[in-house]
Amino acid sequence: MNTDFPERSLSRAPMSGRTLFNTAMTGVAFLCGALALLPLLAVLSYVIIQGFSSLSLSIFTELPPAPLRQGGGFGNAILGTLLMVGIGALISIPLGVIAAIYLTEFSSGKIARWIRFATNVLSGVPSIIAGVFAYGIVVLTLVKLNLGSYSALGGGFALAILMLPIIVRTTDEALQLVSQDLRQASVGLGATNFQTVTQVVLPAALPAIVTGSTLAIARAAGETAPLLFTALFSSFWIDWRNPLFQPTASLAVLVYNFAISPFKNWQSLAWAASLILVLMVLITSIIARWATRQKV
Amino acid sequence: MATNSQNLLSAIKSRSGTEKSLDRGFIWLTRIFALAIAGTLLWIATQVTIAAWPAIQQFGLSFLVKSAWNPVNDEYGVLAQVYGTIISSFIGLLLAVPIGVGTAVLLSEDFLPIKVRTVLVFLVELLAAIPSVVYGVWGIFVLIPILSNLGRWLNSSLGWLPIFSTAPTGPGMLPAGVILAIMTLPIITAISRDALISVPPSLRQASLGLGATRWETIFQVLIPSAFSGIVSAVMLALGRAMGETMAVTMLIGNSNNISPSLLAPANTISSLLANQFSEASGLQVAALMYAALVLFILTLIVNILAELIVIRVKRI
Repeated sequence: MNTDFPERSLSRAPMSGRTLFNTAMTGVAFLCGALALLPLLAVLSYVIIQGFSSLSLSIFTELPPAPLRQGGGFGNAILGTLLMVGIGALISIPLGVIAAIYLTEFSSGKIARWIRFATNVLSGVPSIIAGVFAYGIVVLTLVKLNLGSYSALGGGFALAILMLPIIVRTTDEALQLVSQDLRQASVGLGATNFQTVTQVVLPAALPAIVTGSTLAIARAAGETAPLLFTALFSSFWIDWRNPLFQPTASLAVLVYNFAISPFKNWQSLAWAASLILVLMVLITSIIARWATRQKV
Repeated sequence: MATNSQNLLSAIKSRSGTEKSLDRGFIWLTRIFALAIAGTLLWIATQVTIAAWPAIQQFGLSFLVKSAWNPVNDEYGVLAQVYGTIISSFIGLLLAVPIGVGTAVLLSEDFLPIKVRTVLVFLVELLAAIPSVVYGVWGIFVLIPILSNLGRWLNSSLGWLPIFSTAPTGPGMLPAGVILAIMTLPIITAISRDALISVPPSLRQASLGLGATRWETIFQVLIPSAFSGIVSAVMLALGRAMGETMAVTMLIGNSNNISPSLLAPANTISSLLANQFSEASGLQVAALMYAALVLFILTLIVNILAELIVIRVKRI
């Protein structure tokens, strides 16, 4: 037993200050972990409970009701979100993927480092600044051209600014993981740079690029601040003869507008919309996780 | 096979000038797009500055030290909002940094089986994925009632302290700070964890071999060597907290007064923009653009510092 020669033993005395401190700190670390998970569980359970109770089929097919009227839904906001995220994806995915191709395939180290630096800084730009920027670029231009003002185009543009750095970064990482042998084999067979990139490198990295783009889309669908004064809101269906140049509803702005309203029926619609947003993000995150895990 | 390689050989021989210039064009296209993305930062800065120009001319730097926001008389200053932005971010970090770093230690050491750890890492990342506006709604209906009770108690028992000197009205600096802590926690945890994991194992083994306990190793070896990584995590979180809009707008109370009390309502630059932009006109738009420029510069400085630290860490 080490009680005879405690100071020579290799095991620590269980009651020494050092050991006690060690045990206490382990407890503190577990407490930190628990505190970090608490808000996630609290938000998720609350949104799920509140959201499910106001979920119904009419939510997807009907327009927002007048205050204090029962029923109704937010089909126009779902379509609006899809439309604006679609515009954002249409702008940012090609731009981001092509820019990332330059970073991994053709650039010299120094320029690439600067561009990656700028991309990371761009991803830290607050989303409301993206909104202010889109307001200046799209909304004011549309006003000048007499084409409209607050619109899906402005909202989509703002979302594209926020999606761009995410897409550049994930594509950049995915392309870097493609084995150099593949490129050399392709070039050795006489392929041009264009052929190597489009027919060998991009297909090899495609799953990771799709995953990154999906995550960017999920993130953009939940963005609210940049839509407040670029797309504004609308309680009507999108006019498909002119879908780009009119104020457009979105799920996120609906959650904001309706949650801070004093009307119970609007508040319950806000919960349902929150649930749909959260489910969308959760499902995409889990699928993305699972897809990248499968590949390895 | 034979015909295939024959084809390829003939393809090499017959590579024409147009094919070469197409290829060069492709490389140029990618280069232009990449530069365009870096240029977006400049574009944002120029655009916002141009739009803010009337207000910059009118108010100059006094905009930063005045706290009037009066669209009727066209008097504008963002001192209250800058104060609110900095204090709310500071409260958020004060809560998030110890918990975040503690969680990072928990998830980087072998306290838990690796499968449990992977799940926990994923769950903490999910915190970052939940839309800001959903945190705002949750904050209004769940967090504010809880914090109001706490605030009333703090005010009645510790009201002589300036930071608890007002009775809580519901929304205020404290709920905004708490929600910012929740929203920045995943960034701090993820980046600190990366920094802790990349400490060479030999350092840890040497420390343990000298007889240090696990936590002596963590405090005296691991955290000091991961320190710059942890600092950059905190900086990135600070940048995120300063720019966070929706949840803060819904919880901070949007009052343009500067109060030392954490229980009083306040305002931030991003909340000001969210609340007023769609209804502003004339000089007010320019003043809001000026406020946006201030926020942009603040977050830019913080983010650039964070990136520089990250780059330095990677080089070592």
